[in-house]
Parts: sequence; structure tokens; C-alpha cells
Amino acid sequence: MSATRLELSDVSKSFDGLAVLDRISLQVRHGEFVSILGPSGAGKSTLFQVLTGGVARDGGQVRFDGAALGDNSPFAFMPQRDALMPWRRVVDNTTLGLEVQGVSRVAAQARVTPLFAEFGLDGFEQHYPAQLSGGMRQRAALLRTVVQDRPMLLLDEPFGALDALTRSGMQRWLMTMWAQHNWTALLITHDVREAVYLSDRIYTLTARPARVMREFAVPIPRSRRDLASAEASQIEAEILHTLLNQQQDP
Amino acid sequence: MSKPPRFARPFSRLLANAAPALIAVEALVLAWEGYAGLSGISPTTLPTPSRVVSQAIEHRGALLENTIPTLGATVFGFAFSLVVAFTFSVLIDFFTPLRRALMPVFVVSQTLPLVAIAPLIVLWFGFGLAPKIMLVALVTFFPMLVALLQGYAATDRDIEALLASMGASRATLFRLARLPSALPYFFAGLRISITYAVVGAIFAEYAGAAKGLGIYMLNAKNNFRPDLVLAAVSVSAVLTLALFGAAMVIERLATPWSQRDKGRRP
Ligand SMILES: Nc1ncnc2c1ncn2[C@@H]1O[C@H](COP(=O)(O)OP(=O)(O)OP(=O)(O)O)[C@@H](O)[C@H]1O
Ligand SMILES: [Mg+2]
Repeated sequence: MSATRLELSDVSKSFDGLAVLDRISLQVRHGEFVSILGPSGAGKSTLFQVLTGGVARDGGQVRFDGAALGDNSPFAFMPQRDALMPWRRVVDNTTLGLEVQGVSRVAAQARVTPLFAEFGLDGFEQHYPAQLSGGMRQRAALLRTVVQDRPMLLLDEPFGALDALTRSGMQRWLMTMWAQHNWTALLITHDVREAVYLSDRIYTLTARPARVMREFAVPIPRSRRDLASAEASQIEAEILHTLLNQQQDP
Repeated sequence: MSKPPRFARPFSRLLANAAPALIAVEALVLAWEGYAGLSGISPTTLPTPSRVVSQAIEHRGALLENTIPTLGATVFGFAFSLVVAFTFSVLIDFFTPLRRALMPVFVVSQTLPLVAIAPLIVLWFGFGLAPKIMLVALVTFFPMLVALLQGYAATDRDIEALLASMGASRATLFRLARLPSALPYFFAGLRISITYAVVGAIFAEYAGAAKGLGIYMLNAKNNFRPDLVLAAVSVSAVLTLALFGAAMVIERLATPWSQRDKGRRP
């Protein structure tokens, strides 16, 4: 088993007395794809904010590769809405992270341009985000995330805003990308099937304040993954059952 | 693509949009012409529009000579106002307590009656360009400042969170997100303020100047030439429209994305 990259222990957060995260503990290993499933408003995005430094945690520990988080964040973050800058052309949106790191514009563009084809954005480099379809916007946001070349990806509902058909296409596409790149990722989603299809492991969270309810492994090799396989459906049913049961108890 | 050329479409649409206004203005001018011509009212009280036009043409040299200083005062005053408004907007954005310290002062500055202030400023700073720049800045500074601050505040939270996750400093955040977010607000403010700027310049000249549309109007009035007053008023209207148009052209050039983005904006 590979080494633990990200380790959260007992991370808590409340906003003015509103408890949002309640002693969250979870791990992500090197090269692993882990998903977080939880009800809306549970505190999933807040968890990412704690990791990216957007909000300070009240308690608990976050360790990455065994050390506390320093000035240089190990995370490339994709926010819940694509957060593309409407005033920047697609190519300049995708180089944003590199620009912030101080990479020159020319060098940054040289790094992203070869990836446009793989991300299905070929020929749209000079367009503005408003000229892209929803799926293309998400792919541009994902390209902006991965090109930062950070050790780990944090994806907050990357496909949440898409229609079912585009969403399935994007999930399949992400799976192919995953097979080719050696990424480590933590994904937030509402979609149980998406989580089962993409992940190695899944954590389910309770409604606010979010606690880790259960952890599920998805022991299906990537080469055999199929949204409709019996194995996948069984895991999916089990997760749904856990999520629904907890919502019934007050 | 089968679209008509880029500027042809907006222009024909503009014409279609402007048609009702043109008809209304025409009707008004005709009524005025008819009344002033038939009622036997003296042209030193109410000149006909045709007389205003013919006198404007006859005095075009003097009008032009007086338009240039007004244009200069407007443009310099407005530019000065923009620099000051931008500087204060940045200071307030970075040091939020300044907002509470400065805003009341700025609000009070907007309540000063121009009629009273203009002669005082001319008295203190003379007949040169300086008092005009100050008065133009006085009337345009506040709307521009408010527009900029509103624009900064309208920055998308997700974009800010994203930049923070990338390790951006406060200054980088300002440059990459807050400033561009403010551009549409800035230009909306610019279009409104530029019209105030012309009025401010004319007011300043009215209170005392060697040359300019304001002083020209005052002299014409004192010489019982309402036709020339109205001719100068028309020139100032044309000047304002031209500046307004220039602001729109600059906006189009500076925010090419917002044309494509219109449907998505609230
Ligand atoms: N900056 C903040 N200040 C105060 N309350 C906040 C803040 N950020 C989030 N919250 C609150 O925390 C709770 C959890 O929000 P969060 O965005 O983390 O939920 P989520 O699980 O991501 O939901 P969704 O699935 O709908 O995106 C909400 O009740 C929200 O109102
Ligand atoms: Mg969320």
C-alpha cells in the first residue's frame, strides 16, 4: 500500500456558533482517488476551504506527506462553480495558477497549449468563457487545476452543474485522464454513482455538522469499471442506503 | 458566418432605437419654430430655432474658440478626478477602516451647492485652468469612487477563493480579480460622470473665465442675445454627446468580453 499523502485528524469548524465540521478524520494515499459524499449544506465545501486556507479550522490537524501545511500549498483546487474569469480568454484562464506562481505568460502558455486537445478545448484558446458550453467550461476549469502541477487535486463537485448526458461523458473522460496521469485527488460530489465510478474509496458524511459516517472501498479494477455493472450497483445501493437511513434519524 | 459586419448591425439598431427620440425632438423644434415665428414674440426673448442655427453658423469661429477651453477643462478635470478616485478606491480597498473615515467627508463634498462654491474657487485660484479642474473633479470624483468600490465589492467569491488557494497575495488578488471585476462598474460610472463633467466645467467658467462656453453664455446673455446662449447650449450638448460616445467606444475596446457576456449578466 502506498504512503499516506493527506491526513486529516479531528478537524472541526464552526461559523459563529454554527457547527459545520465535527471532528473529521480521513486519509488519502498517494495516487488514490477518494470521494466525499454528503447531503447538501453538510460542510463539504467548507472542508476544502479549510484545506486551501480559505477559512481557519478551529481544531484538529491537517498533515500532508507527514508534515503540517506550510506556505506552499500542495493542493490544486477546483471550486464548486467553475470560477472562470469572464474577462480572460480561455487560455489565460487556464494559466492563472502558473501566473500566480510567477511563471511568465509565455512559459505558462507553452505549458498549457499542448493540453488543450486532450481536454477537448482545441481551437477555443482565444475564446472567452461566455462562449463555451457548460461541459467545456468545466474542462477548462479542470485544466486550470491540473496544470498547476501540485501534488494533489481538490475537486468540488466538478460536474454538479451539468446535464446528465454531458456529466456521464465528462466522468468517462476524467476516468481516462486518471488512467494516464498519476494524480492524487479528493472529490466532493452529490452523485453516488459518480463516486463509485471514479473512486478507490468513498467517505460518506452526515448532515451538518458533518461527521464521517462511513468509509467504503470500491474494489473494482479501473479497467473493468462500468456504471451498470452488478458490483458497482451493489456498492451504490449500499451507500445510498446508509445516506438515506441517516437522514431519517433526527 | 453570415453575420453582418461587426459595426453595421449595432449602427442600424442604434438608428432604429433612436428614431422615436428623433421624431419627438423634431416635433418639439417645429412647435417652437411655429410659436416663436407666429406669436410675434421678440427674438431677444425667444429666438426661433432656425435663428439659433443661423447665428451659430455665423458665430462658428467664436463658438469653436470657446469650446476648446471647455473641452480642455472637462478632459483635464475628469482625468484628474479619475486619478484621485482610483487612488482613493485602492486605498480604501486595502485599508478598509479608511472607508469609514473618508466616506462622510466625500458625501458632504457632494452636498456643496455649486452655485456658491464655484465663485469661491475662482476667487481663490484665479481665472486659469486650475479652478475648472477642481470643480469638474468635485462633481465627478464621488460617482467614480462609488462605482469603483461597488465594482471591487462585486468580485466573485469563488474567484477570490480560487486565487487564495493558488497562494495569491492581496495585491495579486486585487490586480487579477478585483480590478477587472470593477471595470464594467467603472465604465457605467464613466458614462454618467462625463455628462456631469461638462456641466461642471461650464459652471466653473460661468463663475469666471477668460474663454469658454460658460463665459460665452454669460456674455451673450448680458448682451441680450438668447440666440447665442442657445447656440452655445447646443454646442455643449453636442460636446457631451461626443464625450459620452467616446466613453462607450473605450468601454467596448476595454471590455471585449462583456459584449459576449451580456446575456449572462444580471
Ligand atoms: N464563510 C461562511 N460564513 C458562515 N457560514 C458559512 C460560511 N461558509 C459556509 N457556511 C455555512 O456552512 C454550512 C456548510 O456549507 P458548505 O458550503 O460547506 O456546504 P456543502 O456541503 O458544500 O453544500 P453543497 O453540497 O450544497 O455545496 C452552510 O450552512 C453554510 O451556510
Ligand atoms: Mg459545496
